[in-house]
Amino acid sequence: MSLIETDRLSLFYGNFQALKDVTLRVEARRITALIGPSGCGKSTFLRCLDRMNDLIEGVRVTGRVRVGGLDIYRKETDLLELRRRVGMVFQRPNPFPLSVQDNVLFGLRVHGRTDRRVLEERLQRSLEAVHLWNELKDRLKRNALELTGEQQQRLCIARLAALEPEILLMDEPCSALDPIATEKIEALMFELKKRYTIVIVTHNMQQAARVSEVTGYFLLGELIEFDETGRIFSAPRDRRTEDYITGRYG
Amino acid sequence: MKRHFDEELAELKGELLRMGALAEEAIAGALEALKKLDEEAARRIIARDEKIDRLDVAIDDKCLELIARHQPMAVDLRFLAMAMRICAELERIADLAVDVCQRVLELAGRPLLKPLVDIPKLARLAQDMLHDALDAFVRGDVALARAVIRRDDEADQLRDLVQTELVDNYMSRDCTSAKRAVPLLLVSRHFERICDHTTNIAEDVIYMVEAAVVRHQPEV
Repeated sequence: MSLIETDRLSLFYGNFQALKDVTLRVEARRITALIGPSGCGKSTFLRCLDRMNDLIEGVRVTGRVRVGGLDIYRKETDLLELRRRVGMVFQRPNPFPLSVQDNVLFGLRVHGRTDRRVLEERLQRSLEAVHLWNELKDRLKRNALELTGEQQQRLCIARLAALEPEILLMDEPCSALDPIATEKIEALMFELKKRYTIVIVTHNMQQAARVSEVTGYFLLGELIEFDETGRIFSAPRDRRTEDYITGRYG
Repeated sequence: MKRHFDEELAELKGELLRMGALAEEAIAGALEALKKLDEEAARRIIARDEKIDRLDVAIDDKCLELIARHQPMAVDLRFLAMAMRICAELERIADLAVDVCQRVLELAGRPLLKPLVDIPKLARLAQDMLHDALDAFVRGDVALARAVIRRDDEADQLRDLVQTELVDNYMSRDCTSAKRAVPLLLVSRHFERICDHTTNIAEDVIYMVEAAVVRHQPEV
């Protein structure tokens, strides 16, 4: 069984159909990249996986999304628990205007964890997971907004890691970072995939080629091709994929 | 929308074809030099090989530069990877034409052991196969590339005919004929190897166009 399974997933913003019958499988502990031109539906698809689209008025979803075998669009789904299991990293780092420590522990407190020993242990483990512990262990009370962009992005990943999720969704996580910072986040992704399943949306095709094992190409709301990354970037089966990745699209 | 990259790829293709044309000329010249045992012509072809070697280095450099600058994907990546392979095959083909000319120098000054019948056939087959393989490359014509691959068996048969005749009718009957027979044996081997390298080019064309690997497979 795949960790994430979508069957004929469609999404409508009012009358506009943003996703058209998307069926795919994401395997556990792999990095899956979603690529495609702006407005093709890849971020919309990503937001279906933790039901963040629910927050947008007029959105209608049909089809099925299963995470760990459970249909996440069934009525009794606990959204707080879903978003603990499926965390999202955004394009721009979005730490809260709080201390480093309070950022990391924020989710745990929302989930009612108050045991000091547990919180301290999770704080250290989460910061270690993103290689921030040594840099920040003496400055845990420092305001997170004072960190560099790359440190902020790593802190946001630590904030998710504290909740011990299964899946990390990353929506253009490096687009606001310079090449050196991007390289560090990519190196981190390789380590994180030992524990988490990562789905990344990126406009940077070289990044998709570098970090992912599987790649999906979206166009006008359709999943055109979904295959091993090596195959997609050396010998795609669909002409539309080839046109896009060779820069002939448009 | 036309990409600037396409112009650079077209330029590279032109250079490869120029190298292919020089390799074709080298094969044709080597055959003529052999037929007439013309030492001067053989030396001219050997000297001209330097031009092909320079193109080999220049094309390789250009491919690497384009990969570094454009980070190509899919068909562009396959084209550049195959351009590097085809360039190496053409360089080897030209070297084999030089090898034939070296044999001409060894044979010159004495009459040929026998009239040449199958060796010219084999040389012309090599020329035709190379011409077709380069045509297939230019046009992305996989049917033509497959036809080239199938002709490789003809080359093997012609080489075997030459070798059997030289060994059975000359070398085993008169061991003093070896000095004039061995260079001809080697010439048949050189032309047959040219056909092998040409077959490799045809296989590369199929991979470039269809992303299908046909190397090391009995049937195409």
